[in-house]
Amino acid sequence: MTTGNYDVLVVGGGPAGLAAAISAHDNGAKVLLLEREARLGGILKQCIHDGFGLHHFGEQLSGPEYAERFEDELYKRNIEYSTLTFVTKIDKNADGSFSVHTVGRSGVSVFTTKALVLATGCRERTAKQVFIHGTRPAGVFTAGTAQHFTNLLGLMPAKKCVILGSGDIGLIMARRLTLEGAKVLGVYEAKPTPSGLTRNLHQCLHDYDIPLHLSHTVTRVFGVDRLEAVEISKVDEKMVPIPGTQTRVECDTLILSVGLIPENELAESIGVQLDPRTKGPVCDGQCMTSTDGVFSCGNALHVNDLVDYVSQNAEQAGKSAAQYSKKARKLIEVTPGDGLLYVVPQRLNLNEDNSKTDLYFRVREEENNCVLHILADGKEILKKRYAFMRPPEMENLTIDFDGCELNENSRVELQLERLGKGDDVK
Amino acid sequence: MSISSINKRLKKEFGGRFNATLENGSVFVRGKSSDWGEIISACQAAAKKYSTTHVVNDIVYTGEQPAPTRIPSVKDDSLEGRSPDVLVIGGGISGASIARELTKWKLDVLLVDKEADLALHASGRNDGEVHPGIDLGKGSLKHKYIRRANRMYADICRELDVPFKQVGQYVLFRNSAFKPLVALYVFWRKYHDGIEDTRLISGEELMRREPKLTHDTKFAMYNPSAGCVCPYGLTIAYAENAVQNGAQVSLNTAVLSMDVSAHQIINVTTNRGVIHPKIVINAAGVFAEDIAAMADDRFFSIHPRRGTNSILDQKAGAYMHSVASIKDISVHGKTHSKGGGILHTVHDNLLVGPDAVETVEKENTETRAESIKTVFDKQTQTMPELSQRDIITYFTGVRAPTFEEDFILEAGRNTRNLIHVAGIQSPGLTTAPAVAVDMAELAVDMLGKSKTVEKNNNYNPIRKGVPVLREMDDETREKMIAENPDYGEIICRCEQISKGEILDALKSPICVPTVDGIKKRVRPGMGRCQGGFCSPLVTKIIAEFLGVPLSEVKKSSAESVITYGETKVNEGGEK
Repeated sequence: MTTGNYDVLVVGGGPAGLAAAISAHDNGAKVLLLEREARLGGILKQCIHDGFGLHHFGEQLSGPEYAERFEDELYKRNIEYSTLTFVTKIDKNADGSFSVHTVGRSGVSVFTTKALVLATGCRERTAKQVFIHGTRPAGVFTAGTAQHFTNLLGLMPAKKCVILGSGDIGLIMARRLTLEGAKVLGVYEAKPTPSGLTRNLHQCLHDYDIPLHLSHTVTRVFGVDRLEAVEISKVDEKMVPIPGTQTRVECDTLILSVGLIPENELAESIGVQLDPRTKGPVCDGQCMTSTDGVFSCGNALHVNDLVDYVSQNAEQAGKSAAQYSKKARKLIEVTPGDGLLYVVPQRLNLNEDNSKTDLYFRVREEENNCVLHILADGKEILKKRYAFMRPPEMENLTIDFDGCELNENSRVELQLERLGKGDDVK
Repeated sequence: MSISSINKRLKKEFGGRFNATLENGSVFVRGKSSDWGEIISACQAAAKKYSTTHVVNDIVYTGEQPAPTRIPSVKDDSLEGRSPDVLVIGGGISGASIARELTKWKLDVLLVDKEADLALHASGRNDGEVHPGIDLGKGSLKHKYIRRANRMYADICRELDVPFKQVGQYVLFRNSAFKPLVALYVFWRKYHDGIEDTRLISGEELMRREPKLTHDTKFAMYNPSAGCVCPYGLTIAYAENAVQNGAQVSLNTAVLSMDVSAHQIINVTTNRGVIHPKIVINAAGVFAEDIAAMADDRFFSIHPRRGTNSILDQKAGAYMHSVASIKDISVHGKTHSKGGGILHTVHDNLLVGPDAVETVEKENTETRAESIKTVFDKQTQTMPELSQRDIITYFTGVRAPTFEEDFILEAGRNTRNLIHVAGIQSPGLTTAPAVAVDMAELAVDMLGKSKTVEKNNNYNPIRKGVPVLREMDDETREKMIAENPDYGEIICRCEQISKGEILDALKSPICVPTVDGIKKRVRPGMGRCQGGFCSPLVTKIIAEFLGVPLSEVKKSSAESVITYGETKVNEGGEK
């Protein structure tokens, strides 16, 4: 049985884990990174389209290229890592350290670490989670699974396909399958607005004449062996299918891009509190979760729109984990007001440096001409005008909270002020 | 009930559109209707519960016709000329358990099933409860077998290496006024019907044991002998043990017709050749009436009844650790199912359901939103925290009841070399181990008339399943991985299934090298991501094992194509 002692152990070798490990190392920690797959890079390995790295590197990279840059940094620093290594259990020890149990081809290992970074990514919502009924044929895939078959295994999962959900992976797959010779009949979205990035709507659908049907969903699938058709229904404003609006669309494949869920089963097993809004851990400005010494970043913390933000946030987590000193926290709440879906971090630790706190947030619905106010105890810290905000596009602001005279009873709130046409900022 | 009183009743209820005649000891109901519900009601009106005089449904259904029975596309002569001592038709729990019991004798046993795997119909699509029999009174075959079979479970599951948990069952009552009545019921069941483990517990006691069940509970009926098992896991284990002891299992094999002469089945035609069995066991589930008709022994009818169950995330599994359902006593609202319940499965999920809906379609396992709603509307009363948000999957099965709502376990009435194991519905999974012993003996007696049947001295009741690495302690796991590093390579992250376990399933006695076949045997894809991450990896392992291109690997049947070959090839011909 292998053992070892580390300052920082990172679970997950995708973009978040890689950036966290590098940053922890650069801040003086002895680091181990664990990855359950055979290769580092996470889901980026199968994202062979471009558009990664605009913020971080100022250039357009493909997913594997983006990952490779971080992998090279990891190798350069000789940071220890282990692939095909699966974490089975984490124990909290009496001295505040953690024992991480793993299995791999060489057997069972137990590693001890002072701090833990959970960079476990997210998983896709499935057909049953969006209550699709009917038969259970082959040919119903989540977009990521279809992408794995197409891009990593070189196999065609579809000839004639319908895509449910206008999330980014669904849009990307619409283009990818079209390029590979499949017919994409249309993208159906239950919401009245698209779920993917604007650039993907243009580059993946409009450029290929693939229709997008808003306020429509798949209610039933047909076919016993392979999918033969889907039933499409119009939905009302509560996204409930309207009886009598069903149409049958013949197709052999249904691809689902209906949302991502942060993977936090390991986090929950050690008592980490989750935010029902993000489905990721509640964390402070240092990415520390409700459990001391446990940090969370990337899509495990909340689902990001761009990998660049994942890297940025993971660097913070890695640095904080390296500097983790077990001193008591003085936490205050950061809350999203009306119109906002969530804000990360959900807390600030006043015993830490909050002079450059990255705030990530999303609006609940599309907003035009509005002002975001960040208030501390009712006092405005920052206001920012937005001509346009969309739920698929995550917003990111860096705030200096240290100049705000916060105390343990303080409350930070994000508020959205909606302006009418022509109104000016109050 | 005399035939004239049946006809009087039919006349009164259906205006004389249906009539009944007594033919060869069965009640044949005839007429015409486009309403399947009405046909069921008419046959039910003609039937007497638990009677051995069966109703045969000969009413012409003029409504939308169900799809024809699905027949596998494969055609070969792999079984041509086979002359087994016993041909078992149906690879569900009944057929598989009987096949295994038959291998205790020196017999040539052949089991056929038309599907690509075992337990693909009712046996694989039920809740997996091992029932205590609390709802069964004396006088039925269900009652005859329930206690004996329930007591066999721990041993049989140990022999076959399948998980079994005796978790106990609670029936919850919210109105204390009914307590004397229920106490009387419990007394009667216990001392008159021999359901000896039945007892009453207080609402407070229930809350101590299962704090998430409704706090409105005033008292509960408790049966500690209730349990749960993986129903398809048990079926596969039985069939594997049968194969290890010399039986043959032929999947993708449908019985198409039979030649019957002088009350004997002479030939059985399948899509894989003509078989000449000495005796035939009809364990064909919803198709048992069709097999009976082919065998010229049609004296009962099956009326398919579908039910849908939901599986909840293992996180919800922590809410409750037994089987529970609320019971509201009412004089009307007679239903054939207890309306489902909540069950903590052997794999630590919660299972919620099933409902019960009559259907003309024997093979339609589509799910419908209203089934889930019906069940959740009821079961959120049992456990208020129950939420559809925790659902990871749902499935429908079709039960195979007769109109008498009892099993048929007997030799053919007209055809002599035939045994019916028909009308098997709940608690048919529970009763299977005991029924199998008796049916094997019946078959041996039948064969004994024409030949001497010797005991099989090499019979080994022990079947070893695929090791479950995630349940092992670190030390054992380390040892296993040292011997076979594939046990250390996790393929399914949700259920922690290793490559080694998947390869073991591929090397098992009944290899079903499909994504669903592997999922049924070792569970990759059964977890919360439903195979999103692992299905491409499982596909690859199967292809490598078989030495075929990846696109040859199917979900289940030969037509359930997963991928259509390779993506575009570059102009230079290079991928």
